[in-house]
Amino acid sequence: MQWRKPEPKKSYDVIIVGGGGHGLATAWYLASVHGLTNIAVVEKGWLGGGNVGRNTTIVRSNYLLPQNIRFYEKSMQLWRTLSHDLNYNIMFSPRGVLNLAHTPGQMDLYAERGNAMRLLGGDAELLDRDQVARLNPGLDVSGNARFPVVGGLLQPSAGSARHDAVAWGFARAADQLGVDLLENCEVTGFLRESDKVVGVETTRGEIRTEKTAVAVAGSTSRVMRLAGIERLPIESHVLQAFVSEALKPVIANVVTFGGGHLYASQSDKGGLVFGGALDGYNSYAQRGNLPVVEEVMSEFLAMYPKFARLRMLRSWGGVTDMSMDGSPIITTGPLPGMYLNAGWCYGGFKATPASGWCFAHTIANDKPHDINAPFTLDRFKQGRQIDEKGVGPTPGYH
Amino acid sequence: MIIDCPWCGKRDVREFTYQGDGNIKRPAISDVNVDEFNAYVYDRENPAGDHLELWQHSGGCRSHLLVSRNTLTHQIASCETVGPWADKSGRAGK
Repeated sequence: MQWRKPEPKKSYDVIIVGGGGHGLATAWYLASVHGLTNIAVVEKGWLGGGNVGRNTTIVRSNYLLPQNIRFYEKSMQLWRTLSHDLNYNIMFSPRGVLNLAHTPGQMDLYAERGNAMRLLGGDAELLDRDQVARLNPGLDVSGNARFPVVGGLLQPSAGSARHDAVAWGFARAADQLGVDLLENCEVTGFLRESDKVVGVETTRGEIRTEKTAVAVAGSTSRVMRLAGIERLPIESHVLQAFVSEALKPVIANVVTFGGGHLYASQSDKGGLVFGGALDGYNSYAQRGNLPVVEEVMSEFLAMYPKFARLRMLRSWGGVTDMSMDGSPIITTGPLPGMYLNAGWCYGGFKATPASGWCFAHTIANDKPHDINAPFTLDRFKQGRQIDEKGVGPTPGYH
Repeated sequence: MIIDCPWCGKRDVREFTYQGDGNIKRPAISDVNVDEFNAYVYDRENPAGDHLELWQHSGGCRSHLLVSRNTLTHQIASCETVGPWADKSGRAGK
């Protein structure tokens, strides 16, 4: 057994709601960095059974806005030593993430983005068409492609990691430091003393605490409603992902299509793992519709015509907590005694270590770290939106 | 997902554009309450279950539609025209 199955205690110093990647990472950083070990993680189902097991496992920090670059670079830094730090092989594979450019204008934008990344200490290389072709045999870089490739932006230190192992690694390491991981323990309400949250009601009884931290991704609105928070700058949307039958090594890095929205890589087992855009409407259904499937497949074939006869093994949908500006929320509040980690849109996996690290700091010190200070909930009212794509308050478009 | 447009009949979801929560009301332009405007622009109920939402039949008659849809099952309970033609009848028999 990788972790104990303890009975809930009457009270803890900190209760984390949500036993996914971010909740488990938060628990481990609270215990290992801040010395807080009297902690419980309460999880409705089993550990790592939510979005940490539903993503396409991509790890990167190729952002444009400085707030995002700083935050995701922190995550990259933590990813590099995470297997060692957790004593658990999370199979971090810095194989590079390549964004394809299909127009000269797109190359200009990538040059701007690459420069922004390098100015803040990240790594980025602008590639011409021949360099892209050398990195990716099989990619259609001919002039006959539907959207001919003119070049790309490579982040060499980016890549992928084994998603389940990240959850299990954080869980086992947190458990070894004394954190109680309470599975099959659904939060059904919050204990209140006037405004202040003083614990949770669960299917395994009442548990009291001074600090209740919520990290429940796509279920954020549902869980926060139990605390009387009726409205948040979040919509839950469904995002689909796909895995093909296994092939011999054929895609060396993570490739993204610039003529639409598609990202693809190859797992160690050989399957091609890829996904595209959101279905685009509010959904908690964990399954999407066929038009998006068709769109994703046609984009993939526009890049790799040779995969036309490849068979799909699996597809699934995850519920993502799309925020109004496309950026996450890691904050104290919104009620006294409460802390909120949400709004991960469909980029939560790569953020897992930095999200846990920043959330742990915020919980331990009752104020955000400099790195997550821009990501508070009140930024919307204060006009400090972090809108990487510049599409405004339309969650489905981020 | 099939949406039953009051004007065109049952059509595939790909003909429609999602326009978000249909419950939110824009405050009067004379209203200077910043909190209300902030809530209008950013805050959403985001329910798991029945959701009133706006769609446009952008690949069809271009009507704006108020749709009641369950976000857990994607089942659509009702679909009505909104805007200037809201009180006009759609197809015969509708």
